[in-house]
Amino acid sequence: MRSGSSTLTIARLTFREASRRWVLWVALLLGLIFLTVYSLAFRELHSDIVRNTGNMPLIERNEIYNFLLMAGLYAVNFLTVMMAVLTSVDTLSGEIASGTIHTLVSKPLQRWEIVMGKWLGFAGMLALYLLLMAGGVMLMVYLISGYSAPNAWGGLALMALNAFLVLSISLAGGSTLSTLANGVLVFGLYGIAFIGGWIEQFGSLLNNQTAINIGIVCSLIFPSEALWRRAAHEMQSTLVGAIGFSPFSAGSIPSDLMIGYAILYTMGAIGLAIRLFHRRDL
Amino acid sequence: MSNTSPPPTPAIQIQGLRKVFGDKVAVADLSLTVESGEVFGFLGPNGAGKTTAVKMLLGLIRPTAGTGRVLGEEIGDHRQRAHIGFLPEHFRFHDWLTASEFLRLHADLYQIPRDRSQKRIPELLELVSLTPHADKKLRQFSKGMLQRIGIAQALLNQPRLVILDEPTSGLDPVGRRLVRDIIRDLRGRGTTVFLNSHLLSEVEITCDRVAFIKHGEVLHVSSLQSLVEGELTVEARVRNLGPEALSGLSRWSQNVRADGEHLSLTLTSEADLPAVNRYLVEAGVEVYALRPGNISLEDLFIQIVGTDGGL
Repeated sequence: MRSGSSTLTIARLTFREASRRWVLWVALLLGLIFLTVYSLAFRELHSDIVRNTGNMPLIERNEIYNFLLMAGLYAVNFLTVMMAVLTSVDTLSGEIASGTIHTLVSKPLQRWEIVMGKWLGFAGMLALYLLLMAGGVMLMVYLISGYSAPNAWGGLALMALNAFLVLSISLAGGSTLSTLANGVLVFGLYGIAFIGGWIEQFGSLLNNQTAINIGIVCSLIFPSEALWRRAAHEMQSTLVGAIGFSPFSAGSIPSDLMIGYAILYTMGAIGLAIRLFHRRDL
Repeated sequence: MSNTSPPPTPAIQIQGLRKVFGDKVAVADLSLTVESGEVFGFLGPNGAGKTTAVKMLLGLIRPTAGTGRVLGEEIGDHRQRAHIGFLPEHFRFHDWLTASEFLRLHADLYQIPRDRSQKRIPELLELVSLTPHADKKLRQFSKGMLQRIGIAQALLNQPRLVILDEPTSGLDPVGRRLVRDIIRDLRGRGTTVFLNSHLLSEVEITCDRVAFIKHGEVLHVSSLQSLVEGELTVEARVRNLGPEALSGLSRWSQNVRADGEHLSLTLTSEADLPAVNRYLVEAGVEVYALRPGNISLEDLFIQIVGTDGGL
């Protein structure tokens, strides 16, 4: 009897169950619609650029492509985070409320195996979705204009970490709160991160230290936006960063320390989920 | 998993088990022993703590105090649960799975190797008469069918102990008969069965011993054998029963009721009956009928548990 196999059984069940839900298919459909619209728009812009700036050095043209690529990936990042929340928000709280959890927990497996199984199932699904969407955007840009971003894998890894961070908090919340309360918690944290990210951007543009500090505090509360900004930074050539400010470039770049913090934060959230579920009376 | 020689240790042994939720005492002080191989019933009104007690045995709920051993190990030990089958009262399953997929999932959770579960699943579907529905999704099942697939799930790993919380509550008489037969079959193999039930008639037919529980405490444990051989309820039709004669009956019975011509009392033994008869006659009571009958489980239940807890 290997204890790891129960984790995988739960992971497979979670993956299968998540694949059946309408949320996933809506997210995929939205993603595909987005990809189509984006590709068409990009193709138009590309032909425009080639026509009007035929003499512009490639480097400068690439800055524009990079900008457009980041715009697309920003949307993908948002879609992936939404997917992470909407599919996982009720996985524990719903099963506890309905009683489906009882015949699982009364089997010869430990509570943490259920939590990790669910985490792995969702993480796998989210990684696949991200690969599909981000890969789709990058592929379309490359096919249309021949441009590809530097350090795409680094950027993707950080976007994946972002999704895993949100997933982990959703599991921690769901192990002890109702589905509704969990949803409020996760969206609330994401909202704080989102607003904080913009405050920090403006703060760095206007050289306002207070604003920057507020932004940093928000990132400490929930490092989601910090992860995106670092991902965007990784995938941009240095010139754009120097040129300055765009919605999709980082004015203030999250440090390695912040990324390390985000990793620890994610692990902490998983640990919290395990601990809370372990102690819970069902 | 051979069950031909059941281990000598009791299947369940709990001492002073207690569970408090905030300021609500769900289980006050529960102590009992369930021997290996017997069918043990738990009877009590709603809110008596039966389901909470069972959940503590399975590690679903942590006791506030008290100790217990299930199949020789501390309660909550997850490895022992490989030998335990459980069907909750308000069971809910992943209803998008087909019956076969559902059993395969739970077989995987029991860590039964695939080749063994391939054989076991059709056997169990046959046992609970669900073979024609093997590829139907559970959401198309009636409550009775769900209950039966739930029992099948509990039996997947040929458990040494089966815990059933209200196993027949959703079933028609055919379904109840099926469950009874399954329990009898399990007993024949030396499997211990522990069941909560409101259906006194079912408990009467299937159980060896019964514990009456109220407010989270065991009030009384009876062997159903002794119920058959022991206490008698005597119904009599009499006239001229004076208050003196009536009070004299307390010598044989604590439970005397007189209502017009109707007299009823419980005796601890059939041997007392002639003495009671002689006493009544000598006291000048006219005895028209004297009918002994075995006390039913229902009478005993009401006696012990009282009527203030509703069913």
